[in-house]
Parts: sequence; C-alpha cells; structure tokens
Amino acid sequence: MVKFILNNKEVSTDLPKGTLLLDFIRYHQHLSGTKIGCREGDCGACTVLIGEKKNEKMKYHSVTSCLMAIGNVHGKHIVTVEGVNTAGLNFVQQAFTDEGASQCGFCTPGFMVSLAGFSLQVETPTYEKGIEAVNGNICRCTGYKSIERSIQKIADKLSERANENAVDFAVNNHFLPDYFKSIPERMEALQESISKETEQELKLAKFMGGGTDLYVQQHDAMTEAEIHFLATRNQLQQITLNGNTCEMGGAVTVTEMANAAFIQEAIPSLPAIIKLISSTPIRNMATIAGNLVNASPIGDFNILFLALNAQLLLTDEHQERKVALRNFYKGYKIMDKGTNEYVKQISFQLPDSDTHVNFEKVCKRTHLDIASVNSAISIKINEDQITEAGLAVGGVAPIPLFLTKTSEWLKGKPLNHESVIEACALAQTEVTPITDVRGSIAYKRLLMEQLIKAHFIRLFPEFIQPDKFLSA
Amino acid sequence: MKNIDSYTHTRGESVYLDDIPLLAGTLFACCFDSPVANGIIENLDLSEAEQSEGVVKILTHQDITGENQIGGIIPDEPLFAEHHVHFCGMPIALVIAESDHLAKKAVKKIKATIKALPAITDPREAFARGELTLPPRSFVLGNTASAWKDCTHIFEGRADTNGQEHLYIETQGAYAIPAENGALRIYSSTQGPTAVQRTVSRVTGLPMHKVEIDVTRLGGGFGGKEDQANTWAALCALATHHLKRPVKYSLHRMEDMRMTGKRNPYSSDFKIGLDKDLKIIAYEATFYQNSGAAADLSPAILERTLFHCNNTYFIPNVKATAISCKTNLPPNTAFRGFGGPQGMFVIEASIVHAAEQLGIAPAVIQQKNLMQTGDEFPYGQKVVSEANECWEKAMHLYQNESLLNDIDVFNKSNTWSKKGLAMMPICFGISFTNTLMNQARALVHIYTDGSVAISTGAIEMGQGVNTKIAQVAAQIFSIPIGQVKLNTTNTYRIANTSPSAASATADLNGKATQIACNTLLDRLKNVAAELLHTVADEIELKEESIYIKWQKTDLTWKQLVLSAYNKRISLSEHAHYATPEIHFDKTKEKGHPFAYHVFGTAITTVTLDCLRGTYEVDAVRIVHDAGSSMNELIDRGQIEGGLVQGIGWMTLEEIVYDKDGKLRSNALSTYKVPDIYAVPKEISIDFLHTEKNNLAIFRSKAVGEPPLMYGIGTYFAIRDAIRQFNPKSNPAFDAPFTPEKVLLALYPDRAAELKN
Repeated sequence: MVKFILNNKEVSTDLPKGTLLLDFIRYHQHLSGTKIGCREGDCGACTVLIGEKKNEKMKYHSVTSCLMAIGNVHGKHIVTVEGVNTAGLNFVQQAFTDEGASQCGFCTPGFMVSLAGFSLQVETPTYEKGIEAVNGNICRCTGYKSIERSIQKIADKLSERANENAVDFAVNNHFLPDYFKSIPERMEALQESISKETEQELKLAKFMGGGTDLYVQQHDAMTEAEIHFLATRNQLQQITLNGNTCEMGGAVTVTEMANAAFIQEAIPSLPAIIKLISSTPIRNMATIAGNLVNASPIGDFNILFLALNAQLLLTDEHQERKVALRNFYKGYKIMDKGTNEYVKQISFQLPDSDTHVNFEKVCKRTHLDIASVNSAISIKINEDQITEAGLAVGGVAPIPLFLTKTSEWLKGKPLNHESVIEACALAQTEVTPITDVRGSIAYKRLLMEQLIKAHFIRLFPEFIQPDKFLSA
Repeated sequence: MKNIDSYTHTRGESVYLDDIPLLAGTLFACCFDSPVANGIIENLDLSEAEQSEGVVKILTHQDITGENQIGGIIPDEPLFAEHHVHFCGMPIALVIAESDHLAKKAVKKIKATIKALPAITDPREAFARGELTLPPRSFVLGNTASAWKDCTHIFEGRADTNGQEHLYIETQGAYAIPAENGALRIYSSTQGPTAVQRTVSRVTGLPMHKVEIDVTRLGGGFGGKEDQANTWAALCALATHHLKRPVKYSLHRMEDMRMTGKRNPYSSDFKIGLDKDLKIIAYEATFYQNSGAAADLSPAILERTLFHCNNTYFIPNVKATAISCKTNLPPNTAFRGFGGPQGMFVIEASIVHAAEQLGIAPAVIQQKNLMQTGDEFPYGQKVVSEANECWEKAMHLYQNESLLNDIDVFNKSNTWSKKGLAMMPICFGISFTNTLMNQARALVHIYTDGSVAISTGAIEMGQGVNTKIAQVAAQIFSIPIGQVKLNTTNTYRIANTSPSAASATADLNGKATQIACNTLLDRLKNVAAELLHTVADEIELKEESIYIKWQKTDLTWKQLVLSAYNKRISLSEHAHYATPEIHFDKTKEKGHPFAYHVFGTAITTVTLDCLRGTYEVDAVRIVHDAGSSMNELIDRGQIEGGLVQGIGWMTLEEIVYDKDGKLRSNALSTYKVPDIYAVPKEISIDFLHTEKNNLAIFRSKAVGEPPLMYGIGTYFAIRDAIRQFNPKSNPAFDAPFTPEKVLLALYPDRAAELKN
C-alpha cells in the first residue's frame, strides 16, 4: 500500500510500487494537466513537486513524474498543476499570460509546477535561480524569451519576501492556494498511519535509487518488478565528513551532494560542474551511486569520481566489502558487483589546498545532454611540479576510463605545455573510441586532447601559456 | 491582446488528444512497424501476438475495407506494407487491445521475416539510380548560359542541410468513436482535418459525410501534423470501423520519432556570377531533395524551394532546378518554412563563398543585391519590397558599425574565444503555392444573449490564430473579446478546409470571419436603423452600444441582437473567402502565386569557444516587416519562437540515420532541441510598421514561418568566428554546425591526422 497526499487530498493505492507516478496521476486519478512528452525525463512536461518534511519544515523539489515510481513517493506530498491553481490565475500563471509565454500550452503545466517549486525555495529567490528551476522544461514554441521575461517578474515579486516563511509568502501573494498551509500537520498524520505498517520482505528484487536511468532503459521490466527502494532509506541519505574523507550514503542525490557545504568548499568549481549535468528535476531524483553503477561509459559522476579516486562500500545486507572505483569497471556495463549487492557508501578524500579538480564536458547541447566526451582531473602541485595526477575520460572506451598510464606519467613532470602535449599523445594510446550518434572517432580523439588542454588552461593559467598550444 | 487560451493553458485545463475523457469500452492501438528500411516481407507470424492477453484484433493490409493508400499529392504510400517495406517505421500491422500496455506487449510478440535489400538514404545516390518521386522542375529567369560571360567573378560549390525533427511536445495521435449508421467521429491531433477526413474515407470506403473530424487544439504542429496525422487517424478509424468500438492511439515519443517524416534534407550545387560592382548577374542551383520513401508533401515543398531560391535578392538570370529523390527514410514532410529555408541556405552559402574568395564581408554583396519594388522573381511576380527598409533600419537601429568594431577589438584581445557576425535578410511569399488551396470558410453565430461563437477551418496549435480570429469578430462588433468563443475545428461544421499551414491560416480564416461578421453587422445595422428611425449608414456599434453619427443611444448590443432575432433576422452567417489576384501556371512556371511577401533582416553575433568547439549566440537583432501587426504580443512570440527553431536546425539539432536507414537520434536524449540556456542571450525585435495596402487580415502580415529563416544567420556567424580563429579553415557548407563540425573546422589538420 502506497499512501501520500496528492495536492489537497490524501490518496492510497495497491498498485505495484514500480508503477510510475505519471500514469497514476493521469490515468488513475484523472488529473490530465500533467502531460506526457517523452517519458524519459528529458522534456519536463510531466513535472510535479515532491514535498517532504525535514526538520519540521516542508521541503519541495521538482521531479519528472515519468521516472518516479510511486514507491518513492510513499509518505510525501505530491503537487501537480491542478494543485497550484487558485481562484483566478495565480501569480506565475498571470505572468505567463501577460508575457505571452504560453503558445501551444502543452509544456506550460510543467513550467507552472517548476516555478511553484521556485516560489517555495528557501534560498533567496533570484532570476538565475528561477531559470535554474525550469532548466529541465523544454518548450518548442516560444524560444524561451517570453518565459525569461515572466521569470523576471516572478523573481522580482519573490524578492519582496524578506524573512517571511516561503509557504506563507507564496500563499499570501497568490502564488499558491491556501491548503499548502495545512500540509505540515497533515504530513504528520500521514507519517503516523504509515509507521504502523510493516514492510514486507521482497524476493528477487531490483535495487533502485532515483530510477532516472532504470525507467529509461528498462521501463517495462521496472513497472512490473519487485523493487527495493533505496532512496527511501534514511541511513543511506547521509553525507558526512570523517577526518578529510567525505562519506556519502548510496541514496544521496545529486542535489544533496551539490548542496553539501564542505564539498563545495573543497571543490569550488562544483556548482559549475553540476550545472553541466542533467537538469534540476533529474538532479533532485538521481543518486550519485546510481550514476556509478549505471556504468555508462559516458556517465558524468563516474568520470569525476575516478579522478577523485573514490572508494565504494558494497553490501548484500550480510557482508560488506570495499572496492576502488578505479577497479570497479570490468567491461561494457560489467562491474565488480554481485546482483545482490548495492552501494552503501561512496567515500573520497576531499582535495587539499595543493590539489586541483576540474571537470570538462562537451555535448551537442551544453546543458541537459549526454557528453560526446567528458573528462575530469585531480592534480596535486608542488611549485611548478606535478606530484599526483588522476585523469579520467568518458566516451572513448567501453567503460568510464581512468587513464592509468597518462596519470602515472604526469607524476613528477613539470607543469608546462610540453607535459600537456605529451600527456595528450599518451592518452591517445589508452583510448578506443567508436563512431556513434555522439560523434566520430576523429572528433572524440580531438575533443579528448582539447579537454585535457582545457583542464590545464583552466586550472593553471599562470603556468600554461595558451598561445603555445596554437604553435604546437 | 493576450492569448485567449492562456487561462486554460496555464491551469493545465486545456484539452489535448490524450486528455479527452474516454468512453467505456475504449480499446487501444499500437503499431508493429518495419525494422528494415527496404525489404520483402517473407513471413508475418501473428499467432503468438493474437493469443497475448487483452488482444482484440490485429489488423494488416488484408483488413482494409477501402483502399490501402494514404498518399495526398501522389498516391504512392500504402497505409500498411503489403509485400514490400520501404522505410524503417512503416506500419505492417496494428494491434488493438484492452489497454495501451497490453497492446504494446503484444506488438513485441509479432514475428516478421523480412529479406533486407540495400537501403538508400542519400538523395544524390537515389538520383544516380534514377529513384525520383516526380520529374525535376526548373524555374528560369533571363538566360544564365549567356550571362556568365558578363560576370567578373564566378564561383561554384555545394551546400547541404540536414532534416529537422518537429518535436511538437504533444506526440501524434487519434481517437475514433463509432456513430450510428456506420459513421465515425474522430478526434485527431492534425493541422489538416480535411486531409484526415479524406484519408479515412479512402481507407475505410466510407463517404466523407460519414467521417467527422474534430480538433480542439494541438500541442505543437510545425508542419509535422499537416499530412502525417493522417496515418494514426486512418488506423484508428479502420479499427473502429471493424470493431464498432472506440479505438485510441496516442504515440509514444520513440514511436513518433521513428515512424514519422521530418524536414526534408537537401544536398545542392550552386554557381554564382557577379559583375565588377558585385551585382549578382547569374545564379544556377540544383537542389536534390530527400523525399524519403513516398511523396507526402515533398512535391509542394520542392516547389517552395524554387520560389525562394533567390531569397531577397534580385538576380536577372536564374536557373534553378529541383529534384525530389526517393530514399528509404520515412516520408519527409512539411516543417515551418516548407522548403523555403532549404533554398535560402544555398543562396546565402553561395554569397558567403563568393565573399570569402573575394576577401570582403558577405554583407557587401547582400546589401547591393536586395530587391527593389518592381523587381521580378524567377517565377514572374513583381515584388512589393521592404527589403531595403528592413536592412537599413537594422543597420542604424542596432549600430552595426559599432557591433563590428566591438567584435574586432574582442577578437584581437582573445586567443581562445572569437566572435562572429552575420546578416540574414529574408523574403517569404505568403499563400499556398497551390492556388486552389487559398480558400476558407467561417461560420459565425450570434446567440440571443449577445455571445458569439465562431467556427473556421483554422487549427489552433500555439500560433494564436484563435485569438486573432476572435479579435476580428470583437473589433467588427465592438464587443469584448470575452464575448467571442472559438469552437473546435470540425469537418461537420466547416467543410473542405485547407490545412493550417503556409503562414496563411489567420489571413484566410480571418478574412472569411471578417466577411461573415460584416454581413451580420449590416443586418444588425438595418435592424438598428429601423428601431432608431434612421438609416443604416448612420449607425455605428461601439463598445456594446449603438450610436447614431457618434451619438450614443440607449440601444445596447444585447438588445439589438435580441430585436433582430425577434424580427426573424438570421443571426448566423457562413462566409467564404478566396484570395484574389493570385494565379500560377505550372506549365510555364510563371505567375503571381503570392498575396504578398514578408521581409526582414537579422543581425546575429556569436561567441566561439575555440578550445572546446562550443558556441553561444550572443544576440539576434531583428527588424521585421509586420505590416500593421494586429497583435504584437503574439507576433513577437512567433518571431522569437521561429528564430530559435531556425537556430536549432542550424546548430544542435542533428538527425542521424545509420547506413541501413535506422534512426539513431530516436529520443530526446539523442536529439537535442534548444533548452533555455541554448537560446540567444538577447533577442531584439523591431517591427517595421507599414500602412501599405496588402491582402493580410487587417493588413497584419503573416508571421508563422518567415522568422525561422533568421536562424540561418547563426550558421554563418559561427563560420565567421571559425575563420577569425583559423583564417585558412574552409569547412563544407553543411548544416547543422554541431560542436563536432565546429571543432573539426577549427583544427582541420589535426582532425585529418586523427582520422588515420
């Protein structure tokens, strides 16, 4: 039995827990405002908000309901476009109307919900945050300029909020209907009724985190599968600092990692890196561990964590074991992981002040796209000498590739453009790209070289003279 | 005036095909489509699928009660493959089951043995093998053969443009419901309800009067639902015709992308000759159009390529030949611009090529050759031009000189980052080039409470046509727009419609509405004159009141309407409009096919990351010839949206078929359209306002398609920036300019080394 609050109504269902929230909303609850555009989290037409009570406060995130199993919304508050409607148009709806930001209208409900989420954000609402809130919403009609103008109006209004509680401000200023104020109390009652139930043991189940890839790759199997929902386990949601080691639970989402202050501090480029990876609603659902065990040769976090030399703690609930990510990938989608094992924890050393981290990614579309080639480097410097280097590249081999030889070679080399050129040449001997929809072999090889150069140009502008690459 | 649909759109209350409440007993359909691009069906085994849970029936070509034919212009496209499959995605069978899920499950159990034959995906290869959809056509002005000797400079080259996926966010679909006497009611997500009606009639064998098509709105069309909506409606109709139960088919995104055609890719050759003053004296072009496996709308698209082969430039000697080449891709189809952009890309490429060879800015050649009023198009029509006005205004308004200067300074002080600029003047003819399609009808009812309901042939798909039509009625009757309602587009109410296409929907249906409203207005004025003891000429309607010679009377709109009814005067009118003046003789390829032309100029600036091969569009600054815009909010939205779609076509939207004709860019994860970060940082739009008479509704020029072609400027601005970094680079004119092509063009030597 799955129970949650859908807009202003408590609902429960006996449908399989792998059923997608989108189908439940549209075809079982007959709320047709949530649209189907792609069923793979790439268009945002089915965006809904998921609200959880954390530290006595409601916290709302946007998610794409096409990739959200109902098992993952148990005990939560789900908000669809119907749930943000007020008497007459709400503030966001009025702004879109005034700016002509809705043409065919099919993507519009998704934008309305994403921006309702924006109005509930606790952080200071800025125009840029408003844009970020809709970066998972594709509109094919408007060219987005009218949407930008609407968001400017919305952000301006929200900036009047000062210290007022976000929900109160949103309700008082006609962003959201009144019932939002009653949700915290009703969540408590819901939690109480849920805590009386006991979880049944599942056999032959699949492990699932956010489901953002499983539901794209194995949609039919997942909707019928018995699923172990890892994302709902509190003990897997922690991010802690143990000495200089960062330990993240297997259910930590991308958004949660991005918001961890001590990681941000150690890797100042983290927000820029995160912006290159998927979209706001997907980051709100997808787990880091899920990205690692997906084992895509063109994943983003596996490349980053290969460079950072992360360690995985695997468990089958009986035994635990550690494996280095750099030894984890054995072949295309083949990992050193049993079917009964899942990632309990990811740990890595936070870079010290001499260690620099950079991530590069090029795709057809800069944002919300899969890379043609991506690369990450973690490099330690003593004066103008390289003392440690970890370089990983995606999209150039059947696995997310750690460049073992090149990384080793860089150790002890002077920090100058000659070393970089030689590293590029060595890297070429380690990779085996293929021609596919993301680019030709020649392109991927050229791009890899350019990204390796880009690491050094970005991290060490004072040591690396860019012009020398042109003459080389 | 705000879009009248905004209220329901933003509240999620607008009704699209998949939102229509289902009738009890509704069944669901799903296609089994060919996994092979060209081949012979040796065996089709349905036995396991037929036993699958929930399956009610599986239809194949043998179940067609009418004709197995859905070709619109040329009858060359079967609905179901019989013995031969011509493209990956061609329907072979249709499963009808108790649920969507069960239908999809059963499709996977169908087994077909198909002997694969070699597949053709390239139009030039198709041409070489004589695989043509129809005989080549040529437009000729002057005599190019004798003109070459007058040219100081002659350049030749090749230019290619790839296709484009429509990516309407609402996928294709239909819902057929049985009615009495064997009739069918069909909800369809179509731009062409009459085309759907005709196709259903042909496939089922039912007369057209038994086939009702109803369309509330589309979640985007862009040309992709002009003829390609027919298939799904015909499939559902056939199933309902057999089973007498409602049947629905709303396509999954991957089915939609795999099974439907896209913008036609073109490969073209050009030859351009200029005199010493850089006047273009002669231009020859040969266009190889990739039609896909059937004609669909390609013959008409091909024609528009020829109509726009000279874009906005006067060239006294032109010979343009267009060849529609048959390949094993899904039949390609209409897409905003309809062949015009493909033709315009080639003339722009030839100008840029000439300018690069001569070491001058392309803008010098562009500006010198802009059309003047009275100049002749290759098809014989004399132009009423705003080309120079738009160009000059853009130059001054946006201070082009200082833009160029800023770019120069930037490029000198940056190594890894270069800026580029391109001018893109456009000219686009408004009307269906097939003259007979330029007709429309409107049915206007005034109800006794004063509210007004309008039915036309127009389909609302986001372009705001319903708002514009409502404005026509509200303005003529001088009532609030809230008193006017646009009804669904329905073939029982409005017959024999032309599709909502060619940017002409508001003009044609708006004019028909205007005629109907004016007729009603005349009747009401007569009634008012009688009531107020004056003559009709002195009656005016203003803000729901009746005036005599500017003097307000006590008579209101509502009272007048009710009085007319009481006097047994008709409050309904069905009006017909046919665009005057236009004609075209295909035997001579000459005539006056367009009601008018739309002009404009865009200045595009981009910044290139020369290390990574990525780029951003800094700004597109536009002066657009709107005539006298009746709704600037809507028109601005059309310009911004069209521009961004054009930029997408020219940059990141890359359709990839493998050599076997299988679509590789088959989902939103592999086919990327612009997101909010990918659009130009700045889009400035200035309306060139003119009061000249034209045939547009309220002199408000059509705006749907022309702005898409501003996007072509982005391609050439990127090319300019590449050559700022590497002046020796001379990449092929081959759109889209993906980051891959950009990086390979920045480093052609290294790329060549790595290839080996």
